[in-house]
Amino acid sequence: MLKRTPFYDFHVKAGGRMVDFAGWEMPVMYRGIVDEHEQTRRSGSIFDVSHMGRVHFNGKDAAAFLNKVCTRNFADQKVGQSRYSLICNSGGGVLDDVIVSRDSKNWLMVCNASNREKLLKYFHEVRHDSGLDFDMADNTESTAMVALQGPKVIDRLAEHLPVDLKGMKRYHFEQGSVMGLIKFHVFRSGYTGEDGVEIILSAKVAPMAMKMLAGKEDREGATLRPAGLGARDTLRLEAGMPLYGHELLETLDPISAGLGWAVDLKKEFVGVEKLREVAGAGPRRKLVGLELEGKRIARQGAAVVKDGQAVGEVTSGTLSPTLGKSIAMAYVDAGLAGEGNQLEVDLKGTANAAKVVKLPFYKRGQ
Amino acid sequence: MSAPTDRKYLETHEWHKLEGGVATIGITQIAADELTDITFVSLPKVGAKVSAGKAFGEVESVKATSDMYSGVSGEVTAVNDALNADPGLVNRDPYEAGWMIKVKVSNPAEAEKLLGAEEYLRKTGH
Repeated sequence: MLKRTPFYDFHVKAGGRMVDFAGWEMPVMYRGIVDEHEQTRRSGSIFDVSHMGRVHFNGKDAAAFLNKVCTRNFADQKVGQSRYSLICNSGGGVLDDVIVSRDSKNWLMVCNASNREKLLKYFHEVRHDSGLDFDMADNTESTAMVALQGPKVIDRLAEHLPVDLKGMKRYHFEQGSVMGLIKFHVFRSGYTGEDGVEIILSAKVAPMAMKMLAGKEDREGATLRPAGLGARDTLRLEAGMPLYGHELLETLDPISAGLGWAVDLKKEFVGVEKLREVAGAGPRRKLVGLELEGKRIARQGAAVVKDGQAVGEVTSGTLSPTLGKSIAMAYVDAGLAGEGNQLEVDLKGTANAAKVVKLPFYKRGQ
Repeated sequence: MSAPTDRKYLETHEWHKLEGGVATIGITQIAADELTDITFVSLPKVGAKVSAGKAFGEVESVKATSDMYSGVSGEVTAVNDALNADPGLVNRDPYEAGWMIKVKVSNPAEAEKLLGAEEYLRKTGH
């Protein structure tokens, strides 16, 4: 039985095409992936991201625990800040990528829906084995989460939310309430390459809050319109952001993925020995951006080829709605990862020219 | 959902319009909607042979790449070049401007086995 988020009725009413995503019944699209993608870049979109895991930690050793399982250092993190981090296994492979936020009374971790069960089991084991003293609460199903993304989002929301959104920096958050009824946390973050926010609130008030955010009915020309997981994927790909299961896997390390900035090799955490080795020797393969000649799309698993030799593998690809070009991310041999290198991608037996380009493919304000 | 009754179908969502021994082949609205925004169509060359039940080309969307199958055997007499510049024609007008190829049918008996519109819709659960 698939799980449904508190916005299920909203999706159906807005014409969402519902699919199974990591055990959740989620809208892949409403009007069309490209339409929703362009709406996000031009104005703004509302994404239901309630399927993502939300786990709270508190107690005396909560911070020590997070610092043990995460690659990022949270020691100097202030209340009201969020940080992106990886969670690695002892071999340095990625178990998940998460965002950890420090609130006054507790810590919040937002993780991928597909990894939630696995992480909770792992965290219980670590707690048991380490003797660290903290509480852990999975609040995924008692809360909802919605992402509002696009250049017009902040101005639009500033009218509605009693929080100084314009003064809020990226990767910061605040809490507030509307009429004392709808309590929420609002984070200035997202997964589209646009400015915007992500809001977490109680599942009970979520449908009412959605009516306030989205308006009574979706209509053409609205500032904010619903967008599905399809557009979320093409948006994050243009923005060069990794997706678990594609760019990130238990067999791949974050240094090779270009996420060394989120790995603090000076502190001790699970997987650090292996990651120090990788960083010392330099990664064997690196994650790069590819721009393909023509309009064909390279899918996950397509081989990257140079002089007839396999030198890498595509992890994600699409026809970029913003650039009108076929783009992909791929792991390629480190020696070939430099910008401008000419490679080929094997598209079902046909060699298609591809050039290594700088990530991200798209930056807002350009 | 409906499907035009003047043509024959495969369960894999291709339509065939048979006129004077030539089959015009395309994909149905259901398939085009399911694929979402079509970004690229790969078709055989004029003169190529296609076989009943075999793939003759590919259609790509932002979501996925899918093979397209022919329900008849024969020689390709025309391909829709307009799809090179505007593959979105398949989404907007799959039964007319978004056609894929024309095939000179070599074995008319194969066409008899294709599905009628109602049967196609029933078998694909629409």
